[in-house]
Amino acid sequence: MTLLLIAFAIWIAASYVNVMLSRSSAHKTLLVRFLVPFIFGVTIFIVWELLVRGLNIPMVILPSPSVIATKLASSTGILWADFFQTFVKGALTGYIMGCGAAFLTAILIDRVPFLQLGLLPVGNFVAALPIVGIAPILVMWFGFDWQSKAAVVVIMVFFPMLVNTVQGLSATDHMQRDLMKTYAASYRDTLVKLRLPAAMPFIFNGLKISTTSALIGAIVAEFFGSPIVGMGFRISTEVGKLGLDMVWAEITVAAIAGSVFYGAVAAIEKGVTFWHPSQRG
Amino acid sequence: MRKLFAICTVVLVIVALWYAAAVKMNAKWAYDQAARAKVELSFSELVKDTWSQERPVLPAPHQVVKELWGTTVMKKVTSKRSLIFHGWITLEATLLGFAVGTLLGILLSVGIIYIRAMDMSVMPWAIASQTVPILAIAPMIIVVLNSVGIQGLIPKAIISAYLSFFPVLVGMVKGLRSPDHMQLDLLKTYNASKSDAFFKLRLPSSVPYLFTSMKVGIAASLVGTIVGELPTGAIRGLGARLLTGSYYGQTIQMWAALFAAAILAASLVAIVGATEKTVLKRMGMIR
Repeated sequence: MTLLLIAFAIWIAASYVNVMLSRSSAHKTLLVRFLVPFIFGVTIFIVWELLVRGLNIPMVILPSPSVIATKLASSTGILWADFFQTFVKGALTGYIMGCGAAFLTAILIDRVPFLQLGLLPVGNFVAALPIVGIAPILVMWFGFDWQSKAAVVVIMVFFPMLVNTVQGLSATDHMQRDLMKTYAASYRDTLVKLRLPAAMPFIFNGLKISTTSALIGAIVAEFFGSPIVGMGFRISTEVGKLGLDMVWAEITVAAIAGSVFYGAVAAIEKGVTFWHPSQRG
Repeated sequence: MRKLFAICTVVLVIVALWYAAAVKMNAKWAYDQAARAKVELSFSELVKDTWSQERPVLPAPHQVVKELWGTTVMKKVTSKRSLIFHGWITLEATLLGFAVGTLLGILLSVGIIYIRAMDMSVMPWAIASQTVPILAIAPMIIVVLNSVGIQGLIPKAIISAYLSFFPVLVGMVKGLRSPDHMQLDLLKTYNASKSDAFFKLRLPSSVPYLFTSMKVGIAASLVGTIVGELPTGAIRGLGARLLTGSYYGQTIQMWAALFAAAILAASLVAIVGATEKTVLKRMGMIR
């Protein structure tokens, strides 16, 4: 009971601090903008911990953060192997292959207006479908190992990337293309020096969307069959054994991997599209 | 008209490629069978065989269509083998989850607009959470709720609500903030109250954003429900159809389930899109 009261008190106190901070005149400084969400996050973890302990919630329903952290620290070997299998072999390979293929296809489509007219609506349509469902079929075709996961990822990232790249390639306006023409620039020159740079914000938008779906595809594909290693495999078997601390540890790894992956692509974007209005200021 | 022609051409090419791929991928089984029966296969026999196997590696389009037709129109809706029955199970959870997720997203976005502390503490996490593979926790939610005695519709709806919640939240915050200073200032000169500003300016101008994120959200909801049907050996729903198909090597059944899911997703998005069009038209935002 006391633990519950403490949790409640901490919640109130933290909210009060956050309200004060956000109302203070310093609410636009970088420190406060970082501090407020940080306090919020930490409070959630503390309250979670205290509630689990205070209410004696069994571990098979919700393990406390401390238990998860212990599990995370004590099983780094397994987690690393799972991460390597799912993220590096499955998601990353598929991501690179899928995005690369989509990029090349987009350039091809761009040269043929007829294809652009026909393929784009089809691509848009497919991008909205539950493509994850193709996972069991691909697992059947390519076997249990990472190849089938990479294949799922390739299909999942292909269409969003394709649609975005094609959109990006048409982002230049007539004036700019006419200017290139007055320079007597060849198709290649126009592509490399004008249209690809102009398409970069769109391309990176596609790349960023694809990071999340790549990881989702690789993990979900493992639910349909995998070797005895991998994040999706671990999650589904540990759920079956009610080892929820391990499941949460895997989810933590997945969350960190997803954010870092996204962050890395966003950082590259910042370097490449430094000229774009959304990156300035 | 030209666009329609182009789309039809592309679709036809895809179907043709599919048929060709079906011949190639199913050829091995056909040759094995022929070798066992000690007969030579001519090319036309090979093609005929590869397009009509019972458990092909890649079923030909007409087999999938036949299975779809047979399990939707020809079966009674209450039958365990009817795709309409399974599709309805999935649709139910999707719609419930989507409604709850959208509603919560809208409510929280209103809070975020008016309470700065909430904005500063919740928004960074909401945005960061978009990069996290949330779908990975689906099996856990199903099993945990199962162990406390909740099963069937609710756990799947929770997953689908969770997945549609974040797109709607982020989109609505953007939408409610979309009126510019001029418009807000104008309302101030009218001496409009806060609630007037909300209902007469912010809410109407957020509607396009709401629909855009609802289209993303409903597709995500459906994926969430299907994935939620995978673990714990669920026996009903499109996801379960996919899973049992993969267990027993019933490829045609899997493809039919996949197409049913695709059709469902496309129609859900189309319904939201059509609603968007009518609503925006009535509001005078598009012509």
